[in-house]
Amino acid sequence: MTDEQIKQAIVGIINDINPDEDTSNINSAERLRDQLDLDSMDFLDIVMELRKRYGVHVPDTDYEHLASLDSCVAYLRDKMAGKELVS
Amino acid sequence: MTHYDAIIIGAGMSGLGAGIRLAMYDKKVVVLERHYVWGGLNSFYQFKGHQFDVGLHAMTNYAPRGAKGLPLTRLLKQLRIRWDELDLHQQGHSAVSWPGEKLKFSNDFELLRSEVARAFPQQADGFDAVTRAVRDYNELDLNAPTLNAREIVESHITDPVLVDMLFCPLMYYGSARENDMDWDQFVVMFKSIFFEGFARPQAGVRHILKLLIDRYRKAGGELRMKAGVARIITDGQHATGVELDNGETLTADTVLSSAGLVETTRLVGATLGSPASELSPVGDASITPTGKLSFTETINVLDKPARELGIEETIIFFNNTERFNYAQPGDLCDTSSGVICMPGNFDLPEQPKDHLVRITNIANFDKWNALNRSAGILPAPDAGVSPASAVDVTSTPGAAETAALRDYRAAKQHWYTRSSEDVLGHIPDFRPHTTLVDMFTPRTIRHYTGHEGGAVYGSPIKKRTGESGIEGLYIIGTDQGFLGIIGAMLSGISMANRWVLQRDNATVEA
Repeated sequence: MTDEQIKQAIVGIINDINPDEDTSNINSAERLRDQLDLDSMDFLDIVMELRKRYGVHVPDTDYEHLASLDSCVAYLRDKMAGKELVS
Repeated sequence: MTHYDAIIIGAGMSGLGAGIRLAMYDKKVVVLERHYVWGGLNSFYQFKGHQFDVGLHAMTNYAPRGAKGLPLTRLLKQLRIRWDELDLHQQGHSAVSWPGEKLKFSNDFELLRSEVARAFPQQADGFDAVTRAVRDYNELDLNAPTLNAREIVESHITDPVLVDMLFCPLMYYGSARENDMDWDQFVVMFKSIFFEGFARPQAGVRHILKLLIDRYRKAGGELRMKAGVARIITDGQHATGVELDNGETLTADTVLSSAGLVETTRLVGATLGSPASELSPVGDASITPTGKLSFTETINVLDKPARELGIEETIIFFNNTERFNYAQPGDLCDTSSGVICMPGNFDLPEQPKDHLVRITNIANFDKWNALNRSAGILPAPDAGVSPASAVDVTSTPGAAETAALRDYRAAKQHWYTRSSEDVLGHIPDFRPHTTLVDMFTPRTIRHYTGHEGGAVYGSPIKKRTGESGIEGLYIIGTDQGFLGIIGAMLSGISMANRWVLQRDNATVEA
């Protein structure tokens, strides 16, 4: 999976969590929390969806790596290698 | 024998909320419901061809589409429900009505603020101070100490009438304590009613329940109706499953119970033989774990919309006495205060088929429970009362009182009459327009919810973290302590997250 696809995977999950949210202008360097209506319950869902869709496990202690799209890419690049983007 | 990741007791709002979360993440989950209809405290029934809601006057916690950081939005995200799907329509305005004083409020908080400033100019600053204290308090901190709301509110507002008027709607819509509330519960209710406000779907509670049931089934959850739990099985330390009324045994890693704190402990106690051991209340020893607050409600079907009778409000919280008394009455009912709901006065796209006025009063479960049942008559909803216009006015009050003491049905008739009279200082006389009445009592509530004492808001002791004292058994719903319909669903959701999903994520092989 390319870096761009990893971002798409995360944004796809966020769209499913909150279909009423506009995700078209996310700044990938900025914290997701500061741009979108995401709380700790939603981060649990991002983690749960990553596991369900991609078989990727994110331990509780690593939640901080999901703060921005850029940090997601850095953290997930190895874990998502070889996986197909689920639309 | 079937083994589940989780067994959920009760197909009410919290049970279904929890169920959806677990089924969504591929947990093998079953929701067990004793009755043939779902919804628990917020259910529905048919009566003489009419569709009535139980419990739900209004959904609190209204939030417009896309509103950020509010309970409703949080709920929608967790259950993957789009805002549109709820079909929410806001109230016009409501009121707190006292003899000689009325405070209007709506989903725009400024209305209440200006009403307080108009009616209680000396208290305007105090009211703002309470508002700030509410706004600044984080009610989601499950480990915060328990404080008494009355003490805090009275430190800012010195006029007892205004204190009572503010407490009245919050208590009626969620307090399990008499004449006071835990501060965090006060904050939750204040935000959900005064900051956020009331709304309802066109089709009422049915619509919400249908959404939940559909979502749950689609996610692969199993729902078993007429499957009452006789006991929760433990090995002394851990809950391992349940035994159903029919003797069938189901095992599970986790049991989430919306049966209530006392009721759940009793289900465990059936095994342990020491039902009281888990219940020694912490803190205030005067608080008994079984809730004392139950209600009667009369549902009046009118021959025309309430608005045409001059009733503008959506909901009126009223009181007729000098001090508002939110406590178990010594008599069957206390009709000196209550809630009047006009479901047709929500801003609905179409006028509902039935023009309803619903009146709720505080009632005493034990007194209702001691009455004889007329032969063959079950508790409401199948036993209606006659519209006031049909009441035999020639019978002396003394005779009626005596009959009411003996007979459940006669008591309903008597208290329906009293209740209808005691609202007349707050709404025009609707009685000549009443074509059909049904009434439910604390006995009905116990029958359909299983709550001891018909305690609508459960025990005054809440288990905010859900921990029951038994590993693998967690309290959800009313006695976990999140209030209202949205609160109940969030209760199930957050407990399912905390005790199953997060735990599961923590133990998975990296």
